[in-house]
Amino acid sequence: MIAIIDYGVGNIKAFANIYKNFNMAFKIAQTKEDLDGATKLILPGVGSFDHAMQSLQDSGMKEKLDDLVLEKKLPVIGICVGMQMLAKSSEEGKLPGLGWINGVVKKFDISKFSENMPLPHMGWNSIELIQSNRLTDRLENDPRFYFLHSYYFECNDSSDAIATANYGENFTCMVNHHNIFGIQCHPEKSHHNGMQLLKNFGEL
Amino acid sequence: MLYPRIIPCLLVHNKGLVKTVNFKDPKYVGDPINAVKIFNEKEADELMVIDIDASAENREPDYKMIENLAVECRMPLCYGGGIKTVEQARRIFNLGVEKIAISSAAIENPELIANMAKEVGNQSVVVVIDVKKKLFGGYDIYTNNGKKKHTTNIEEYIKKIQSLGVGEIVLNSIDNDGLMKGYDCGLIEKVKPLISVPLTILGGAGSLDDIGRLFDTFGIIGAAAGSLFVFKGKYKAVLISYPNYEEKTKLITEYYIK
Repeated sequence: MIAIIDYGVGNIKAFANIYKNFNMAFKIAQTKEDLDGATKLILPGVGSFDHAMQSLQDSGMKEKLDDLVLEKKLPVIGICVGMQMLAKSSEEGKLPGLGWINGVVKKFDISKFSENMPLPHMGWNSIELIQSNRLTDRLENDPRFYFLHSYYFECNDSSDAIATANYGENFTCMVNHHNIFGIQCHPEKSHHNGMQLLKNFGEL
Repeated sequence: MLYPRIIPCLLVHNKGLVKTVNFKDPKYVGDPINAVKIFNEKEADELMVIDIDASAENREPDYKMIENLAVECRMPLCYGGGIKTVEQARRIFNLGVEKIAISSAAIENPELIANMAKEVGNQSVVVVIDVKKKLFGGYDIYTNNGKKKHTTNIEEYIKKIQSLGVGEIVLNSIDNDGLMKGYDCGLIEKVKPLISVPLTILGGAGSLDDIGRLFDTFGIIGAAAGSLFVFKGKYKAVLISYPNYEEKTKLITEYYIK
C-alpha cells in the first residue's frame, strides 16, 4: 500500500491517477491514522519551503513519518519541494527540514552562470544517471524530465547523489540514501520517463 | 541540456475549445478534455488553457472544468481566466494545476502577484500580457480579450511584475493572433532584455519553422501556439497535432543546438 501524503501541498491527484492506472494499491493519507498499513510513502511538495514544512507539521503526520522512515525503514520518495524537505535546511526558509538525508538546499546563483539564464529553472531537461539505482531502472537513454524550481538539493555525502542535471552548473536532481529517495523534477508530469520512475518506486 | 518549450495554448469559450483571429471570431475546434487526451498521447511539453469568458463575464473560474482537465492532464498545466484573489488561485492550485495565469487582475492589482507567490510559490505565478501595436510605434497592453486598453507602460510593467515575484511571463500579440504568419519578433527584441524569468511567446506561429526561428534568435524561450496545433491546411480543417519526439528533436537540433 503506497501512501500519498496529503498535507495540503502538492499535486496529490496526479499521483493517485498514475498509481490507479498502474493498478497498484495506494491511499491518500491526510492524518497520522491514515498512515497505518502503509508500506511506501510519497511526499509531494510545491511552493515555498517553510510553507511546506509548516503544513506538514500542522498535519500531525510528521512524527509518525519520522518513525516510519527512520525506524521502520519504509521506502519514501520526496518530490520537488518534497525532496528539498529531506534536507537539514534550505536557503529559502528558516524552518529546519526533515533531515532524513545529509544535505542542504541552495538557490541557483545565476550571477555566476556564463550565460544570462532565467530563474526559475523551468522546462524539460535531460538528466545524467551517475550511479545505477532501482529507482532509475529501465529509463531510456538521455531521459528528459520536467523541472520547475529555483532551489536545489546539495548532498553533504556525494555518494547519496544518483542523478544530476545541468542548469548553468551540474546539480543533483535525484538522491538515495538507504530507504530514502528524492527527486527534484516532476515525474508525475514527465510523460513516459516519469511513469517508469514512479512504477519503479511502486515496485521497490 | 535544457530544451526550449513548445506549448499548445487552448482557449475555452462556452465550455468548448475555440480559436480566434486577432482575439475575434472564435471558431469551435472541439472538446477540451478530448484535446488534453490527445496532447497526453503526443507528450506535449506543457499545456496552457485559458477560459476567455470568465473575466469578460466577471464570473468565478469554472472549477469543475479545471479539475477535469487537471485530472486528465499528464503534462504541466497552466490555467488562466477569471482569477482575482489568492483564495481562487489556491483552490485551482489544489485541483492539480501547476501554474496559474493572471492578466487583468495583475494589472489592476499588482500586489496579487506577491500574495499569490507567497501562497503557491513564485514558480507557479504566470502573468499573461496581451499587447497590440500602437499606431505610431510601441505597444499598448490590453485585457478582457483585447477590449480594454491600459495606459501602463509595458517596460515599466514588466519590471514591476518581476519585482513582485512573477515566475513566468507570457507575451501575447493581439495583432498576430490566429494569422499563422510568425511571431512578432520586434516585440520580443524590445522586452526580452528586461526579463529575467522564463518567457513564453504566443501569437502568430503558423509552422514549426516559426517556432524554430524563435529558438534560433532568442535561445531558451517558450513557444506557445494555438492555431498551429488545432488547424491543418489552408482551409483550416480542425485537426489536433503536435510534433512527435523525432520532429521536436530535429527542430531543436536544427535551430537551437546548431
